[in-house]
Amino acid sequence: MTDHACLVVRAGALTTVQDLGRPGHAHLGVPLSGALDAPAHRLANRLVGNAEAAATLETTLTGCAVRMRRATTVAVTGAPCPVTVDGRPAAWGAPVRVPAGAVLDAGPAARGLRSYLAFGGGVATEPVLGSRATDLLSGLGGDPLSDGTVLPLGAEPAAPAWADAVPHPGPPAELLLPYRPGPRDDWFTAHGHRTLATERFRVSAASNRIGLRTEGPPLERARDGELPSEGMPLGALQVPPDGLPVLFLHDHPTTGGYPVIGVVPARHLASAAQAVPGTPIRFLPLRGA
Amino acid sequence: MRALPVGAHGLLLEPDTADGVGALHAELLRRAASGGLPPVTEIVPAARTVFLDGLDDPRAFAAALATWDIPPLTATDRPTVELPVVYDGPDLAEVAALWGTTADEVARRHAATTFHVAFCGFAPGFGYLTGLPEECHVPRRTTPRTRVPVGAVALAGPYTGVYPRSSPGGWQLIGRTDAVLWDPARENAALLTPGTRVRFVPVDRARDTETVR
Repeated sequence: MTDHACLVVRAGALTTVQDLGRPGHAHLGVPLSGALDAPAHRLANRLVGNAEAAATLETTLTGCAVRMRRATTVAVTGAPCPVTVDGRPAAWGAPVRVPAGAVLDAGPAARGLRSYLAFGGGVATEPVLGSRATDLLSGLGGDPLSDGTVLPLGAEPAAPAWADAVPHPGPPAELLLPYRPGPRDDWFTAHGHRTLATERFRVSAASNRIGLRTEGPPLERARDGELPSEGMPLGALQVPPDGLPVLFLHDHPTTGGYPVIGVVPARHLASAAQAVPGTPIRFLPLRGA
Repeated sequence: MRALPVGAHGLLLEPDTADGVGALHAELLRRAASGGLPPVTEIVPAARTVFLDGLDDPRAFAAALATWDIPPLTATDRPTVELPVVYDGPDLAEVAALWGTTADEVARRHAATTFHVAFCGFAPGFGYLTGLPEECHVPRRTTPRTRVPVGAVALAGPYTGVYPRSSPGGWQLIGRTDAVLWDPARENAALLTPGTRVRFVPVDRARDTETVR
């Protein structure tokens, strides 16, 4: 631990500490958690010379601002947003040297939802089960930031950042979600499967870090009732009784009693994390393999 | 046993009987400990299934699994945890009515039961404990409580559970324990892990959880 820290001067709508989460504890009821847009989180860390597992800040829609106790290299990735240092424009998606006492402000997302702020040395809050991630389902890993929170930071890496220009896919205008059918695809009629594979859905405003909720035509079930609770993977398309699939994101419950019609590969979840409410969704069934 | 695909790297294993779940889970842990299991990221037992994630080749694993000889569980190969409990929950009278007996008899029968942690879920360290006979299964409360206190011992369906922290909940509360169910600073954060044997030991109400009666 160093005396290095930053002060949260504008916490924004929902800003949390995130890293790569706590895999391997699902059998204890501990969700995976971690950055929803993992590639953006990893990139932010690379830009400031951190290991990819270092903790960053994940913002939601309105960004956040922090005052640095000491001069620090910071990078903002994920949802594109205006970045300023003491009010002067600074680069998004690139390392920015922030002087001691200066305020780094990551503004509202111009597109997408979640921006990531990496600090040289990483956010150094106390890890829980090997991770600093804030898990909004189980409450592990500390609360969302509030104005006045002081975040300890680690020692800055000696090595300079090595990336100087980075490609970024940008948030999706339309969310394409491939999925592998199963394990409970037999709980749905052929009509239900056709609905999922061919109809248009939209991202619901009720989405959060636990799941991306959808609006659209309900999927017809072949059987009623609930399943006995069973393990739920990241990317599960769980279908509650209203028939509208919920895409399980990183803070999803480890077990559940509603059938999973398919599973979206993890690499497609980053775009889901950046899809604002109202974004059209198409689900694409993967066959074979 | 069925083996259902879960994405590209997962399998949901569904033994033919509920008892088969515990035996399969124990065998998976044995093989994981002895290096006889391919690398996995999660082994998650549940009511009727065990979910494996992070398999490199789920199909090959499912084929190998079909040749396994899985021994039934024996009582001795599981750790045992004793939880001190005061049977004074606000739903004790209602549970007694559902069981067709008295509150004291609910406490006596519950404390005489050997439970097993079938699986965890709902919250970190919340175990679903099986062991009560079918005639003692009770429904959830029609209206969930907005706040159930930490340590509440509760019943719902076939399960007994202990709330590892204060939370909303719809289970019937029959007692409370001061055992620490969840402490991430401890080497084993969860006191109750899948497979653990659990006994509830009644303690004196007046002296709270200090004295074992």
